[in-house]
This record gives sequence, structure tokens and C-alpha cells, in this order.
Amino acid sequence: MVLGLLGIGYSFFTAPKTIEDVERIEAENAAHGHHGDAAHHDAAPHAAHGSATEATAPSHEGGEAAHDTTHAVAAEAPHEAHDTIQAEAAVAAAGHEGHNNNDGDPHTQEAHAPHADAHAAHEGHDDAHAAHKEHEEHLKHTLVQLQNKPWSALYVSALFFMLISLGALAFYAIQNAASAGWSPVLFRVMEGISGYLIPGAIIVFLVFIAGALDMHKIWIWMDKDVVAEDHLIQAKSGFLNKTFFLIRAAIFMGGWIFYRQYSRKNSLAQDEATDNSYFKKNFKAAAGFLVFFIVSESMMSWDWIMSVDPHWYSTLFGWYVFASFVVSAVTVIAMVTLYLKSVGYLEYVNTSHIHDLAKFMFGFSVFWTYLWFSQFMLIWYADIPEEVTYFKTRIEDFNLPFFGMVVLNFVLPILILINTDFKRLTWVVVLAGTIILCGHYIDFFNMIMPATVGKQWFIGAGEIGALMFFLGLFIFVVFTTLTKAPLLAKRNPLIEESKHFHY
Amino acid sequence: MSNKVIHVLYNDDDILMDAVRKTRAAHHHIEEIYTPFPVHGLDKAMGLAPTRIAITSFLYGLVGLSVATTMMWFIMIQDWPQDIGGKPSFSYIQNMPAFVPVMFEMTVFFAAHLMVITFYMRSKLWPFKQAENPDVRTTDDHFLMEVAVHGDVDQMVSFFEGTHAVEVKVIEKH
Repeated sequence: MVLGLLGIGYSFFTAPKTIEDVERIEAENAAHGHHGDAAHHDAAPHAAHGSATEATAPSHEGGEAAHDTTHAVAAEAPHEAHDTIQAEAAVAAAGHEGHNNNDGDPHTQEAHAPHADAHAAHEGHDDAHAAHKEHEEHLKHTLVQLQNKPWSALYVSALFFMLISLGALAFYAIQNAASAGWSPVLFRVMEGISGYLIPGAIIVFLVFIAGALDMHKIWIWMDKDVVAEDHLIQAKSGFLNKTFFLIRAAIFMGGWIFYRQYSRKNSLAQDEATDNSYFKKNFKAAAGFLVFFIVSESMMSWDWIMSVDPHWYSTLFGWYVFASFVVSAVTVIAMVTLYLKSVGYLEYVNTSHIHDLAKFMFGFSVFWTYLWFSQFMLIWYADIPEEVTYFKTRIEDFNLPFFGMVVLNFVLPILILINTDFKRLTWVVVLAGTIILCGHYIDFFNMIMPATVGKQWFIGAGEIGALMFFLGLFIFVVFTTLTKAPLLAKRNPLIEESKHFHY
Repeated sequence: MSNKVIHVLYNDDDILMDAVRKTRAAHHHIEEIYTPFPVHGLDKAMGLAPTRIAITSFLYGLVGLSVATTMMWFIMIQDWPQDIGGKPSFSYIQNMPAFVPVMFEMTVFFAAHLMVITFYMRSKLWPFKQAENPDVRTTDDHFLMEVAVHGDVDQMVSFFEGTHAVEVKVIEKH
């Protein structure tokens, strides 16, 4: 109970602040939209431009400035045109000096604006109209990305924590089906973590419904206008349509929650039983669940993650997602266990149990890296255009998160957790666990964000707020669930072995 | 000074473990123990220092990684940077994914083989080596503990006979 209260206290301490954070950021984004953004960008050029009011409306030009900053390809046109007029038109000299193709430089962004304006003035209406149209398209594009930002931030965090809890459930099922002798003292911890599956799945499902109701554009194949012009998505619409998508999601989540509730019920009933019938039921259920899980997990990864890039596909993606969340789940199991142990609630857990969990963390980290690299290297090596854009956008726009997560998820864990003595030290496991969890959050961030917000990505209040909110909710639910049952399964046939487990 | 040792034979590993603990408690120096199979926890009971072979293996792995990296950097980037199927050979990092399989395998190769060789060298094992087996039964179903003699031989023999030994022999060792 004290533990539950601690968890409750902690989550209340975290949650309210962050809900406000999330709401505030969403409100801000909704209010500003893209126009706020465009206005912000064009403030500087307008000042430089002075009273030059041409046939094009001011909003055009301002927009063009914004356009330059965000769209490299489209920016080419004004650049080139500008070179031709450079000789005849005396344009602001200051602007010229800064002129190069480096779009990321804020200085250059400002410098572009007068050029573009001058260009519009000199070349007349035709070009201006063409640029205008292109620019409108671009603004629409950016607007969608910016509007997606808070949704994606919410979705990434919601999905991340739900999958952690699903990973803990899968790990639990594996331990049951394998009749593992070391882990039964940790079963109640795993059951507690998988308790988050119900609220987590409901929240993720609400995000799907919001998508189906066109409240956000995380899945562009849900947009009728996009599909009408896109042959590739049309060809996939037999699978990627809203109804079937929601039905599939409901079946997957329903199946997972059903197994979770069923095995939890059996596990508690086994405590009071006089024979091992509930244990046997759990064994069979675990075997059945694992079959269902691997099929549903694979399809889940296509539906919920891969289909944010509906033009791209990868065959080992399901395994890759699985490795990512199962290593996070094992890490969370280890950290919750260490916490409960440190406050004295787990009498029979010794360093050998922690050592085993740390070995799983290590092993699954390497497994994740193997899949990450296999996916990356095969696509990089063959360099087929329709596949390689996936990594091209990530390397160009998400360079630090994309390669940073390899360091966090592979290099640091492998160096920290390779040592047997280190795997038994609480602070080392917690340190490695923190690194792994951060790394895998960024992993999910990298899977979703490039497709939904593209270059507009930023880890700001929305992302951190959503992360903190779901972390608080996760801790609250998990620790509340942990108070609902004794932390040691009483009559599990393997519990004695597990109590005396020693490596 | 005699080079006498006592050979104590047991026929069960639990009895052996018990005897080892008693022997250590009585401060007799155990020279060696011969068993037909690994007895779990025997090294701890004997108080042997933990092995450092895993550390050597880690270092060998680093050597392997360096060898692979240097080799491919020199061959593919430095010596003759050809355009092979459009792969970028301007710098090592640009073409690194293609080298990773070799880097991985070389790391494992060095770590494994050099560690095995280290093991052979440290345990003095090689083909045509004279077997050092004091009693042929220790490869089948007997456990033999060899203890250095100091002080009263008879008293020591009676001590070991009290540890459920099946046989106690005093042997002149050269």
C-alpha cells in the first residue's frame, strides 16, 4: 500500500503539470498554425523590403520567405532567377553577400527574402503566380506537418508506453511457456507492468479514432484527397482503409488484453488453489498467446508504424519494432524490480535475478542493433530509390537522433553491461536502463516523426510534456496494479527454485 | 625435505565438496583436485582466483576490430579507391556499412581464437603432451584430492580417512 501511495504520489506530482503542458502546446500550435509561422519568417524581409508593393500581395512575399526556409527544392527556382537579375537590378547588397544554398543558416534565410521579392518584382506576374502556386502547396504541406506535431508527440509517447507494457506481457508469456525457473519471483512485477496495457491501449485506440475522424494526418492514407491522387496508396487500400484498420487494431488489443486478464486471474487463483490446474492453464494460454502475439505484433507494426510512410515497406520491420519495445520492457522490469527491492518489498530477489535481467537487456540491445543494421544496410547497399528515401529523410533531417540512438541503444549498453560484476550493481543497471529507455523513445520518435512532421521536428514542450504525462500515468497504473496482489506468487510450482535461484 | 603428497580418493562430488571445505578449515594445502567432470562450485570451495580469460577475450576482440578497420581502410580507401558499383569510397565512414560484416566477423574471430589459444597456453595443453593423470579412475568415476604433506603424516592420513574417503595413499612425488 505504501508503495502504491508512493507511486500515486509520484504520478500526481508529474501528471497534472504535464497535462497542462500538452494542452498548452496544442493550443499554441492550433492558434498559430502555419500563418503565425509564415508571419514570423517574413518580418525581417518586410523590414528590408520597405515600401516595395508589387502586384503580388504582401502575404505572398512573406510566404515566399517562409517557403525558402523550409523547402530546399522549391527554393531553387528563386535562386536561379535571382542570378540572372543580379546584374541588372541593384538589390540590397547586404542580402547578396549572405546568398548561398545553405538553407539551414538563419542568416541566409533572411538574405533570401529580399532576393525573392526583387525577383517577383522584376520578372512580373507570371513567375510570381507560378511561385505563388508552388508556395501555396508548400504552405499546405508545412501546415499539415505543424498540425501533426502535437498529435505525433502524443502518439509516439502513448505508443511507446503501451508497447513497453505489451513487451512485458510478451516476456511474461515467454517465461511461462518456457517454464523458467529463475523468474517466478518477478511474475507479479511483470503482471503489474502489463496492467498498463488496458489504459494504454485505450488511449492509443483513441488516437486511431481521431485519425479516422480526420482530426490529424498521422496516417496520410486516411486522407481521401491524398488517396484520390495516389496510385500506390490506392493499390494498398484493400488493406489500408479506416474500417479494416480499426477492426484489426481492436482485435489485436482485445487479444492482448484478454490474455493479460486471463493469465493474471489464473495466477492469482493459483495462490489459493490446492492443485496446479491454474498453472497448467497459464502455461497453455502463454503458448497460445505467443503465437497470436507474433502474428498480431507483426501486423501491428505495419499498421501503426510502417503505414505512416505508406509508400515504403520493409520485411523485417515487425521484428525490428519487437526488438525495440521488448528491450525497453525488460529494462522497465529490471528498474521496477530494483525500485521495489530497494524499498524492501521483494524479499527473494537477489543479484542473480538482476544479473539475468541485465543479460536480457544486453542481449536484446544487441539483437535490436542487429535488426536495425540489417534493415539499414540492406537498403543502403542496394540503394533502390523507392526504398532508400526512408533513410535519406532520416539521415538528412534527423541526423543526430538517427545516429545518436545507435550510440544510446548499442554502444553504451554493450560497453556498460558486458561486465558480469557490473550487471549485479544496482546503479549500473539503472544507468544502463535509463540510457536504453531514452534511446528507444528516440527510436520510436524516428519511426513516426519523419513521416508526420518531417523537418518541423523538435523535442520541445509537446514531446517532453507527452512523455512526462505518459510516464506519470504509466507509473501510477503500474504501481497501483502492484498493490492489488501480494508481490510473491505463493503456489507457483517453480517458485521455490526461483527463490533460491543463484547464478 | 620430502616431496610427499597424499592422494585422497572419493566417489561422490558432494562428499568431495565436503572434504574440500574440511581440508581448507584444517589449513591443509590442496595441491590439485582431479575430477571426471566439472563440479559446480568447486573453484569457490577451493578458493581459486577467478579467471581473467574473458578480459583477454575482450581485448583480443578490440585487436580484431582494429585489424579489420585498418585493413579495409587501407585497401578500399587509401590504396586504390575505385568506384565499385557506385559505392562511395571517398572516406571510410561513407562506405562503412559495407565493411561492418567484415569488422564484426574479424572481431569475433580474434576474440574467440586468441582466447582459446590463451586457454591452451595457460593450461599447458597441446598435442603429444604427456597426460598428468595420477590415477586412471579419475577420468571415469572417482575424484582425487592431492594434498601436500607437512607435519605428521599419520595424523593427516587419519584426518582424510575421516572425510569419507574411499582410499588414502601417501605418495612420493618427484
